Order: sequence, then structure tokens, then C-alpha cells
Amino acid sequence: MPVLSVTGLNVRFSTEDGSVHALKDVSFDVPERRIVGVVGESGCGKSTLINAILGLLAKNGEVSKGSILFQGDRDLTKLGATEMRALRGEEIATVFQDPMGALNPVFTVGQQMVNVQYRSGLSKAEKRKRASEMLKQVRIPDAEAALSRYPYEFSGGMTQRIAIAMALMMEPALLIADEPTTALDATLEVATIELLQELQAKIGCSVLFISHHLGVVAELCEDVVVMYAGEVVERGTVRQVFNDPRHPYTVRLLECDPARQKKRMRHLPTIPGEIPDLRARPGGCIFAPRCHRRFGACANTPPDMETGTGHVARCFLADQPEPVGAQG
Amino acid sequence: MSDVVVKVEDVEVAFSVGRIGRRSSILGVAGVSFEVRRGETFAIVGESGSGKTTLARAINRLRPVSRGAITFEGRRIESLDRQAMKPLRRRMSMMFQDPVGSLSPRMTVGDLVAEPYRIHGLERRNIQEETARLLSLVGLSQDFAHRYPHQLSGGQARRVGVARAIALDPVLVIADEPTAGLDVSVQGEVLNLLNDLRERLGLAMVIITHNLHVVRHVADRMAVMYLGRFVETGETEAIFDAPAHPYTAALLSANPEPDPDTARDRISLPAEVPSLLARPEGCEFHTRCPWVRDICKTTPPPCSSVEHRVLTCHFPLARGERPPERTG
Repeated sequence: MPVLSVTGLNVRFSTEDGSVHALKDVSFDVPERRIVGVVGESGCGKSTLINAILGLLAKNGEVSKGSILFQGDRDLTKLGATEMRALRGEEIATVFQDPMGALNPVFTVGQQMVNVQYRSGLSKAEKRKRASEMLKQVRIPDAEAALSRYPYEFSGGMTQRIAIAMALMMEPALLIADEPTTALDATLEVATIELLQELQAKIGCSVLFISHHLGVVAELCEDVVVMYAGEVVERGTVRQVFNDPRHPYTVRLLECDPARQKKRMRHLPTIPGEIPDLRARPGGCIFAPRCHRRFGACANTPPDMETGTGHVARCFLADQPEPVGAQG
Repeated sequence: MSDVVVKVEDVEVAFSVGRIGRRSSILGVAGVSFEVRRGETFAIVGESGSGKTTLARAINRLRPVSRGAITFEGRRIESLDRQAMKPLRRRMSMMFQDPVGSLSPRMTVGDLVAEPYRIHGLERRNIQEETARLLSLVGLSQDFAHRYPHQLSGGQARRVGVARAIALDPVLVIADEPTAGLDVSVQGEVLNLLNDLRERLGLAMVIITHNLHVVRHVADRMAVMYLGRFVETGETEAIFDAPAHPYTAALLSANPEPDPDTARDRISLPAEVPSLLARPEGCEFHTRCPWVRDICKTTPPPCSSVEHRVLTCHFPLARGERPPERTG
């Protein structure tokens, strides 16, 4: 049974300029004890997706259709505010992009780490002990002393590790990590994802890892969900999607990453065109206007075609992969 | 005269720190030398806090230089005053880190692009024509002239930044993290644009970044910066092929690649970056170096130069050398 199962999720925001269809028919699972990556460029709906899962959509946003089943029995789209509050932090924890913004600057790290355990029923000394154990697990040197320091006294990499320690303190069933390494340098980025991997194995939670960094996703995640303009265009295991991409957007996106270009080239590949305006979502395939394989049928909505076990692409041509090196 | 556009010799930039009465100073840039020729792209890479941006700002005198010499087009500029610098700023331009933040929110794109002409008293040129020329040069349609920065995407704002930077026909462009915060597909567009302009206008470019994949594709030569010093400088391809400084090797190996099947032969760096307030004795990298030996802890390594490669290390690495097994 998957920890999280999103089915046919649609999210709309009402704005002055009309309704924005931000997520359209989003479906994917986060199986137990697995790390699932969500990749996509800015504006593709990654953050909206997290907010919908956490029940934190802005006031003008609503889930218009679909369900988000948590541990098989609770539909997060139907829970009330009180029930959601009980779930967040304890069963679903989150690590955000900006580590400095995640910690309160006027409380010591220890105070904050004790405070987040308010539902645990432990004594204050026990909570403090647990906090220092968690800090040791995320390799903060001299954890005991670190508890009485303030967030500004730590470097960016360390604050992100403290944020991870806090998120995992209650041993949640699901950790949502929203671009947790984007603000970090390459060497720290690697150290942080290795740490996440290790802690995930130890605690046995599932992780939903949001990133636009394809390299990090390839390294950390087992499954990957590719989003474009509010739709899941392709999903599968990391190997399936990265080695045998079936949606033209995925193919192009992988090509664009300079890291995939083994040979040095002065002119880098790009995806011509722009993300469509979601206020007037075009009919048919959402990627068609920018797609190099577009043909007549693309004016209709493409099906979610399964090309391998769990490997799904929303494209009419998903079963006919393009020959390697057909373009560029 | 040779085609060296800018030559930096042993430049230091000091910041004063501490309270009154206990003032001391730290070196953000601690003795850096390099030169950039016409039509060449020079990349400076390093982690946050390594002094990349400070160095960039020192080159065009946005920061006072406390020691060393900067020669721009054959003229010493390190001690020129504001008045004397102003005409030179037409010849060297800067692209700042935050693409949207570096544009005034109250000016239209047209005004922003024309601002350099106004500042340098060149209003007699036909500004409207120039604006149109610049916009088309950076690939923006003419309607953009009436838009405000908040109506632009990150990539478009970056293009406006490029237009401003090349407005006065500079010979040197310094780009501080030109692709930070941009999606991979847009990143390629911006780099291709800079590259085209470099070729067409014969610009010398200094690109500051921490994205190594980008460096590999766009830079002719590169320098790796650590704690305000260059630890390794040389031809980009040669460095990627066989990094000789342990820090360079670690940085290159810490680069997550979007390929799930890559063997990850990673050199992990222990410990955090030392503080500039307490620079380590001996080789400043010894606290994190996996190859550290006794001499590194006491004696600063000399600067050696072999075949276009400048290096500060006692024990340069052989090609593909792996760190020794650590004991204890």
C-alpha cells in the first residue's frame, strides 16, 4: 500500500483574470520506504502540488477534482483544518528550500527542537536529549552545545541539516523535501543528499523530493515524476525515465542539461517556446506547441500510456520512442 | 599591445570587522592574479563565501582594492577615483547576480536599456533606435520596451540585463552567476546569447558561477577559488580532464550527474569551510583535504606553474588519483 496516492488531482485558483487551472489530472504514488522525485521547471506546479498535499493552498485555490489518499485510508482533500494540523509535522513533515527561513531567528536551536515535540508527551529533559541525539545523527559537531546556539551561528549547510533533523524528529511516515539543496553549494549538496538517504533508510519513511536539479534526482531518488505546466507528463523509475524517456518534453529536458552533454559544446540545446498561459489552458496535449513530434492527433487530450511496469507517459507516441540522436 | 583586456596582479580586498577599539580586518580576496584576453571567456568557480563576487566587484572598482594592481586596456586603474573611473565603465560592464532584483521596478524595459546612455551623457544618439537594436540583439520583441520588470520571467529579465551590459559596446563583461535561478532550458538560451555576443563583438568575459557543468561548456580558461585565493587556474578542458588540486578534484566529483548509472567515485570533503577570521596555518585547504600530510599543516604551498596550469599545492594529483584510505 503506498503511503501517498494522488489520483486525478485538479487544482484551480480563482484570480481577477479568471480561473487558473494549476494542476490537471495529476496522478502518482509514493510507495512505502521509497524516495520519489518530482522534477520540472519553474511554474510547472511543483509547489502547488506540495501545498495541495499539505492542505496549505492559498485561500483562492481549491481542489476541484481528485483525491490524495494518505496511508490508504485518509483522503487529504477531505480532511478538516484540525485533522490536517494533527497530521502535519507528526506524520507528514516538510523541509523547505531556504534553511534560514525555516528556523526562528530569535529562539535557540534547542528551544525550537524541544518545542516541535510538544505532542510527544516526553519530559523536558527527555525532549532535549532526543534533540541532541537528532543533531548528532545529522552530524552537527558538539551537538549538546549546538542546542544553546542561535540559527545565525550556523552555516547554510548546517542549518539545512538542523531543519532536516527537526523534520525527522517525530519519525514521520512521509517527508516532503521542497528543493532542500538548491541554496547549497555542490559539495554540501552532495553531503546533504547522502545524509537524507541514510536517514530515510534508518527511519524507514517515504520521501517526496521536489527539485529542478536532474542530477540530484538521478542520484537520490528511485522513482521520478516529470511535471510540465501542471501536468504529470511522465513517471516511472529513475532508470526508466532517464535512460528511456518516452515523453518528448522529458527527452528535451534531459538534452538541455549541460551535464548530459559529454562533449564540450559552445552552443547549448534549449527548448524553443514558452510555457503556456494556464489561464487559457490550450486543449489537447499541453506540450504540443513546443513539441518537435507534433502531429494531427495532438489536438486531442493524450492518454496516460503505460510503456513498462509503472512507466507512464502522457503522449500519443509514448510507445514509439524516437531514435537516439534523431535531433541535434 | 597584446590583446590582454584586463590583467589582475596579486589583488587583495580587505573588509574591516569587529567592534570599535577591537577592529581587525579579514581578506575576502587574498592575492589573486589572472588575465583575460579579447574574445576569451574566463570562469571563476568556488563555493559561496569563497570571494568570487568580491573579486568581480573589485575588478570594476565597485569595491576598493587594498593591495595589488589591476590593468585595464593597458592602464592601471586600481587607484583611480570615481570621476576617473566613470568613462572607463563604458568599456567594462557588469551583470549582477539577481536578474530581476538588478532592474529598477519603476522603470520600463525601454528605459532600463536606455539608462546607460543617459548616465554617460550619450542622449544625442538616437535612443529609440538603440533600444530597438539592443532588444533585438538579445532576442526580445519590441513590445517588451513598455513592460515593467515584474512582468518578465527570469530568463527575460536576464536578457534585459545582458542588453544593459552591452549597451555601450564594452570590451569586458563581468557576469556574476548569469544562470543562477534559471531553469535548464532557459539557462542554455542565456549562455548561448552571451556566447554569440562574445563571438560577434569580440568581448572578453569573466563568468562567475558555481555550476561546473556550465563552465565546462562555455569557458576557455577557469580558476578555482577557495578562501579568497585561486588554488588552480588553467585551460578548462585540461582541468576537467585531470584536476591537479585536491579541492578541484573534490568539486568536480561532487557534481551530481543526471544519469542513474554513473559510477559515483566521489571524493568527500569532511568538515565545514574554515572561517576567514581564522585562516588555517600552512595550506589553507588542509583541514578538509583527504590527501593531507604533515607539511601541509605547517608550510603554505608555493605557487607552481606547469604548462598553462597554475597551482598551489605541495602534492599535485596525478590524473584520476584517489584519496588514500583514511585511518581512524
